[in-house]
This record gives sequence, C-alpha cells and structure tokens, in this order.
Amino acid sequence: MSHTTMNLNLKVWRQKNANTPGAFEMYRVENISDEMSFLEMMDILNEQLITTGGEPVAFDHDCREGICGMCSMYINGKPHGPWQANTTCQLHMRAFKDNDTIVIEPWRANAFPIIKDLTVDRSAFDRIIQAGGYVSVNTGNAVDGNTLPIEKAKADEAFAAAMCIGCGACVAACKNSSAMLFLSAKVSHLALLPQGGPERKTRVTNMVAQLDKEGFGACTNTGACEAACPKEISIANIARLNKEYIVAGLTSE
Amino acid sequence: MIDAKIPTGDLDKKWEDYKGHCKLVNPANKRKMEVIVVGTGLAGASAAASLGEMGYKVKAFCFQDSPRRAHSIAAQGGINAAKNYQNDGDSVFRLFYDTIKGGDYRAREANVHRLAEVSTNIIDQCVAQGVPFAREYGGLLSNRSFGGTQVQRTFYAAGQTGQQLLIGAYQALERQVALGNVQMFARHEMLDVVKVDGKAKGIIARNLVTGELERHFGYAVLLCTGGYGNVFYLSTNAMGSNVTAAWKAHKQGAYFANPCFTQIHPTCIPVSGDHQSKLTLMSESLRNDGRIWVPKKKGDDRKANDIPEEERDYYLERRYPAFGNLVPRDVASRAAKERCDAGYGVGTSKQAVYLDYAAAIERYGKTEVSKKGLSNVSHEEIIALGKEVVKEKYGNLFDMYAKITGENPYEVPMRIYPAVHYTMGGLWVDYELQTSVPGLYALGEANFSDHGANRLGASALMQGLADGYFVIPYTLGNNLADEIYNAPIPTSHPAFEAAEKTVAERIARLKNINGKQTVESFHKRLGKIIWDKCGMARNAEGLKQAIAEVQALKKEFWSDVRIPGEINEYNPELDKANRVADFIELGELMCVDALAREESCGGHFREEYQTPEGEALRDDENFMYVAAWEAKGEHEWSLHKEELKYDVIKPSQRNYK
Ligand SMILES: Cc1cc2nc3c(=O)[nH]c(=O)nc-3n(C[C@H](O)[C@H](O)[C@H](O)COP(=O)(O)OP(=O)(O)OC[C@H]3O[C@@H](n4cnc5c(N)ncnc54)[C@H](O)[C@@H]3O)c2cc1C
Ligand code: SF4
Ligand code: FES
Repeated sequence: MSHTTMNLNLKVWRQKNANTPGAFEMYRVENISDEMSFLEMMDILNEQLITTGGEPVAFDHDCREGICGMCSMYINGKPHGPWQANTTCQLHMRAFKDNDTIVIEPWRANAFPIIKDLTVDRSAFDRIIQAGGYVSVNTGNAVDGNTLPIEKAKADEAFAAAMCIGCGACVAACKNSSAMLFLSAKVSHLALLPQGGPERKTRVTNMVAQLDKEGFGACTNTGACEAACPKEISIANIARLNKEYIVAGLTSE
Repeated sequence: MIDAKIPTGDLDKKWEDYKGHCKLVNPANKRKMEVIVVGTGLAGASAAASLGEMGYKVKAFCFQDSPRRAHSIAAQGGINAAKNYQNDGDSVFRLFYDTIKGGDYRAREANVHRLAEVSTNIIDQCVAQGVPFAREYGGLLSNRSFGGTQVQRTFYAAGQTGQQLLIGAYQALERQVALGNVQMFARHEMLDVVKVDGKAKGIIARNLVTGELERHFGYAVLLCTGGYGNVFYLSTNAMGSNVTAAWKAHKQGAYFANPCFTQIHPTCIPVSGDHQSKLTLMSESLRNDGRIWVPKKKGDDRKANDIPEEERDYYLERRYPAFGNLVPRDVASRAAKERCDAGYGVGTSKQAVYLDYAAAIERYGKTEVSKKGLSNVSHEEIIALGKEVVKEKYGNLFDMYAKITGENPYEVPMRIYPAVHYTMGGLWVDYELQTSVPGLYALGEANFSDHGANRLGASALMQGLADGYFVIPYTLGNNLADEIYNAPIPTSHPAFEAAEKTVAERIARLKNINGKQTVESFHKRLGKIIWDKCGMARNAEGLKQAIAEVQALKKEFWSDVRIPGEINEYNPELDKANRVADFIELGELMCVDALAREESCGGHFREEYQTPEGEALRDDENFMYVAAWEAKGEHEWSLHKEELKYDVIKPSQRNYK
C-alpha cells in the first residue's frame, strides 16, 4: 500500500478547568501520515506545543484499541468522529485529507463536567452502576458454572448488551444528554440472564432513579445515541428497559 | 537464600491445609480494619470486592477515571480453568504441569498448584456474576484450546474476555462501594508506600485532578498495579500502564524478582512508522485456526495471494510438527524474528510474517455445508459460509485489524510481528503474596509468582482473579489476625509526613528542571535501548552497553526534561514524567538481571546459551532460582536467591517438536 501525508488545521477546545470559561484555539500540524491514528496525530500536536513553550491539550485515553472507553472526543460534530462503530482511538488519519480543518471538542453534557480541555468527569456512570448494575453474589457463593444452562441466543444477546464500554458517546450525541442507551445496556445484560432474575425489579427502579438524580436528560427517541455508539449497542435495549421499568412499577408491592 | 513460607506436606494438600489452619479475623474486628488496595484491574477489583464482602474497610485506588477501564479490559483470548468440561483429559494436575513446563521450570510448584486448584472456582464465580461467557447450543459453557496446550480448557467471551471478566469484578466492586464497604479513589496515583516500624502502613497518593498529595492509612497495602511492559515504550499495554507503584515499593525494601523475564507476544500488528504510540495484539486464539508463513524465497516482493502454496514456508509447522502453530509464545516469537532477521520478512518494513486464514475459512465453509446438509455448493458459497463462521469467532479482531491497517483480513493474510506484551517478573512475594516488606502485598501481574520465565496464554486473567478472589482473602487474614492489637496510625504520624515531603520534593524537582526535551522523547529512547538489547535476544556485550546507555539517559532526563503546566492542577505530562523516571531505573535493573542470568529460559534468550538447533538452553545446575533484587542505592542492587525445588515435576528440556 502506498501512503500519503497531509497538513491539517485543528480547531481545538481549550479550557483550563471547570471554573474557567473555555474557547477554541487554532493549530496547524504538518506531515501527518494517513497511517497514524487520530490520537497519534494529537500526540504530535502536543509534542509541538511542549517544545515551543505551549501547554499540551489534555485528553483522556488509555488502551488505544477501542475497549477501555476512556477516549472521548467530539470530532467534527460527532462523538468519536466520522467512522461508524468506532472509538476516537481507533479512528485513523485515512479518514481525512490534506488541508482539512478538524474541529475537536469535549463531550458536552451537564452530567459530565469538564475537568480540562477535552477531559470530562464521567463518574456519574459509576454511580449509576452502584445503584444496582450487578448481581448480588459474594465470592464463594457460586455453584458449578454448568449447572445453569443458558440458551445460546439469550447468552449472545446479553453479551451484545454487555459490550458497552461506558464511554458516554451516547450522551454526547443526544440533544437532551440522555444516558438511556448506557443504562439500557446494563439493565438488558442482566435482565436477559437468569442470574439477574432475583433483583430484576429493584435494579431497574434504582438505576433509573440514580440516572435522574445525576441530571441526564429525558429520552425522546431520536436514535442519535445508537448511531454514535462505538459498540453498536441497539436502541432495542431502551425499549426493553422501558418495559422492565413499567413491569417493576406495576408489580411492586 | 530467602524463604517463601511454602507450607509443608504433599503438594496437592498444601493449600487445603493452609486454609484449614490459617488465623482468622473475627467479623467485629474486620469492620475496624482499613485495608488499602492500589489498582482495580482484575486482581485489585476482585480483591477489593471480596475483602469488602468479608467486612474489611477497603480504600481502593486507580489512575483511570473509573475502575472499569483498567488494562485488564483489553485481554482478548480467554481464561483457563481445569474444569475438564470437554472430557479431553484435563485436570488440576495437567493445568499445573502445563504451567510449570510452559514457564520453563522457573516457577514455584506450590503456587502454581494452588492456582490450578482455584481455577475452577473462578469460572463459577464469574458465571454467577453474570459474565456472558460463550456457550454451546445446548446452553453449556464453550471452551477453546489456546497457545501451548493440547486440551480445550479456555473459557472466553468472543474476543473480549478481559472486558467481560473485568466488568464482572467492577460490578462486584461497585456493589461494595454502594454498601459503604469500599471507598473508591479514581484518578489517583500512588506515589509512595509509608512504613512504620518496618511495616507497610499506608500510602501517599496524588489526586490527579487537583494535583494534591493525600495520606492514607491501612493495616495492609495491596499492590495490584499491573505489569511494566511499557518500559519498552511500544507494547500492547495501555498507555498509562506503569511500574511506579511497584518501583516505589522496591525502593522501600520490597525485592524485585526476575525483572528480565518479559513476554514478547508473537501475534501483534507490526509497527507502521515512527509515530507509533502503542502496538495492538491480535489474540493468540487466532493461532488455533490461522497458519503462519513467510515466502520460501528471500526478499520475495509478490503480494501474499500471488505466492503459490508450494513457495510458502509454514515454518512453525515445519520446525515443530507436534505443536505446529500452537507452540508457546516465546518459541513462536523467536521463530518469527529468526525468519525476518534471515531476510524472509514481508510487508514494507520486512519485519512481519503472514497469519493466513484462507485454509480455515475453506475448512469451516465445508463443515457448514455438511452441517446444513447442502448439496451442489459452489466454491464461492463455501468460502462465504466459512467467512461467516470466522466472523462469529474472531469478528472483532478482524475488524480491529482492518481499522488499523486498512486491509481486509478476510481477503488477504494478516501481517503480524512479535511485540512486548506481559511481564512475568515483578515484586517478589511469598506463598501468602506478601512482599519482603511486612504488610505489603502484590497481586496479579504486579507480582512475579506463577509464570516462571514464560506465561501460557489465558493464564494471566486466571492468576489475577485467583489472587484477588480466592487467595488474598485467606492469607491477609492470617497476618491481620495479629494486627488487631495495634491501634490505627494517624496520618499526622512523622512517617506519613516524611513520605509526603519526599514525594513533594521529587515532583518539585522534576518540574523545576525546565529543560528542552519532552517526556515522550525520553520514553521512546529508553524503549529503543531496552528493545534492542534486552528484548527478544540478549547478549552480555549488548546488556553492558545498555546499562551504560540507560544510566546516561537517566542523567540527561534529570537535567533536560521539560514539563509544562502547574503542579497543582490536572497535568498528564507531569504524571507521565513521574512514571518515565521510574521506568528508566527499572530498565537498568532489567539489564542487570538479564546479564546475571547466564542461561536461556522462556522469554529470556541469551544468544550465548542455545542448543545447536537454536532453542533455549537452560542451566538448571546454576540458575534454578528466583533472582530477587534488593535496592541498595543509585545503580546498586544485591541479589537474593530463592531456590526452586521440584518435588513433583522433573524438569526436562521443553520439547514442542
Ligand atoms: C492486549 C492484551 C491482551 C491480553 N489477553 C490476555 C488473555 O487473553 N488471557 C490472559 O490470561 N491474559 C491476557 N493478557 C494479560 C492480562 O490482561 C493482564 O496480565 C492482567 O489483566 C493484569 O491484571 P492486573 O489486575 O494485574 O493489572 P491491570 O489490569 O493492569 O490493572 C492495574 C491497575 O492498577 C492501577 N494502577 C497502576 N499503577 C497505579 C498507581 N501508581 N497508583 C494507582 N493505581 C495504579 C491501574 O489504574 C489499574 O487499575 C493480555 C494483555 C494484553 C496487553
Ligand atoms: S452505550 Fe455505546 S455510546 Fe453509550 S456508553 Fe455504552 S458504548 Fe458508549
Ligand atoms: S483509549 Fe480505550 S477506547 Fe479509546
């Protein structure tokens, strides 16, 4: 394969901390190979900034292979950028061409306050899990794994929901900043499995209550979340969540 | 010689006996005892959750924004357990035996046997938590075989096993947070261990958002901080993985064991250029079905699909007919390096070999045809059916490859090359997972304990969860039972004050250098030295040079590094500088260890010590020991040896032919 290089203009959101207003800054990077990942391009920008006496752009990232859910950039108006079913760290510069201007922003949502530049605080997601996103089984309580056969189709469906990486792109994509896709993925994962059965009602009730407390917006079924989700979590999970919630309400004592 | 406190008695009774006789802490006392868990990957999250469930007051720390993001999340292939669900001859003994042999006879029998024993409980626990393991149509758990073994004992969740196991442990942990038994400190980095009267009694941690230093007391400190593969700069580890916690412990008196035992994984996506920031693993499970080859002709520039079958050299199948493409990692990696060094490498860099799925796609296609009872099926249809099967098994890996390289692995063979992946070395621990500092424990990849000189696939997840769910809950109690008589130590104690001062001074010193070179540039240079001279092949000459180069690099770092921003704010460059400074010191120790070990074993291949066929040549007479290094001062260490005794297994030359 032959490779090309490009020069780019970057319009990046800079913000010192949660209490200081932010603004866009323009930067130029040159000789960017189309084989680079997007974050490697950002590394080059940062090296350039540091060596010329500037301050590097702060952004979250860790695994750089699309699984930890840490990276979180809003690129040209889309969470995780232009590619479908993709995280920022997996986006490669092949997606851009010479002299493009790329606009880079943080996730924007009241429930995700900005820490610095492109880094936001997503601890609300952990608190939602704390409200019930688990099976209450202490270490040592388990019986042999194969005493509980699970229909393959069900197991696969539960797995598809459990693939959520907790990145928050669904929230960033939604005009209401709703976190319903994230929540529905967890509720579905556990509702589809027999292990999740005993706590099915309390789980959904408590997790929804926590969701509201964190200040995420309401779901108006725009489907923007599903389109932005790097793990292609299906919006059908939201329908399941709603059903679980209604059933829990109707049948609670 | 150092004592690992291995219980006496028959190997298969040791753990049972230990559990039957260890001291316990009564529930009322547990509620009064604070325990610190640094790191919330598989090892840390499972430990923190289990200890919380038992009633201890746990404080857990991680540097990411959430415990769900620990590097364990990236593990792809699977987790071993001696369940023998496939009735193919597996047993606790066989898993134990394979692990010892795979580790090239440099691991402790007692620890490894315990690991094999508890492996079955891990699967049960994870299933109970709702971990969605792969299943058969009958609803039962599915298994696959994994590099280096001949039985199917690996449990998996597509190519995301680590993710699913970690989410399981994370959820158990968050449940304990909700119940108030665990207090979670995310975006915190441990920067020192605090010792009082020779015992670990707390840590100094930096709040990464505000830059503030914090003091935390605990009756014991558990380091579950992962491996140090990023010393090589390029590795399959997450960007933030670091040695800092383990290194601080080392400087406080914890021995560092076998630092030169690092694992280079054979199937990773090759380096594409200088900009490369990390390497991506293609799970070893791909070797179950893929065939590895290079052209028979040197410097063959034809496209892979244009090279006819008879002009391909399936070198692993040729050299190791019994195990073929499934030889252990160290063997597969060296064989790839050998072919590339000899001029048979492929791709633009010539530092790559092919991993080919064409045969597997056709084979699976034919199986589908007969499964579905189809007749008159064209070749194209067979291939299409085969691709479906491969997609179901490995789809996410193939997608990942396509995204990174821009090539379609269903159509053209993947290019792969070995990359740094795992570190068998780590903090020395005894049978109870306690380091040489009382009260300080190491779990998971951070310790050295179970994998000897080479780790078998799917056994790191097993070890991390074994340590956290099933070992530490017993061994910690055995020691804390005596601590209940000691009052908690206030963090105003002079030991805390002094430790915080040391940390603050070091940070200030780093910041004030105000030099010209970036942290990243130093890290890259360090990585190149270690990769070239302490990587897949090592020799005395190169190691001596590397030691001198690393020492010079350290001087340069401390006089010319540039860290922008402020100390008391969110400052990722400062975090990185702290870590790279420790990696540099570790790099030196790795070379010192590699130089001292005048034999080849597992991942440690000294060019001077090989068989005529180029295989690793061990020297059991002189080197059948764990090298545990004690820090003595700048550039100075003293070596303690823990002799390895094989009571049950008779060491032999590993033979995969
Ligand atoms: C790409 C890849 C694939 C793999 N696939 C497999 C596989 O299929 N099967 C298998 O068995 N093994 C696999 N492994 C190996 C396995 O994933 C790891 O060895 C294992 O997950 C390590 O777990 P851990 O809990 O010890 O550490 P980690 O998961 O690395 O967790 C370390 C924790 O420590 C914290 N930490 C570190 N330093 C500090 C500090 N100073 N202060 C505060 N917190 C700190 C981090 O925040 C994190 O929470 C794979 C590894 C890689 C790189
Ligand atoms: S549902 Fe999708 S977009 Fe939302 S947090 Fe999970 S992976 Fe990210
Ligand atoms: S950095 Fe882990 S998903 Fe992007």
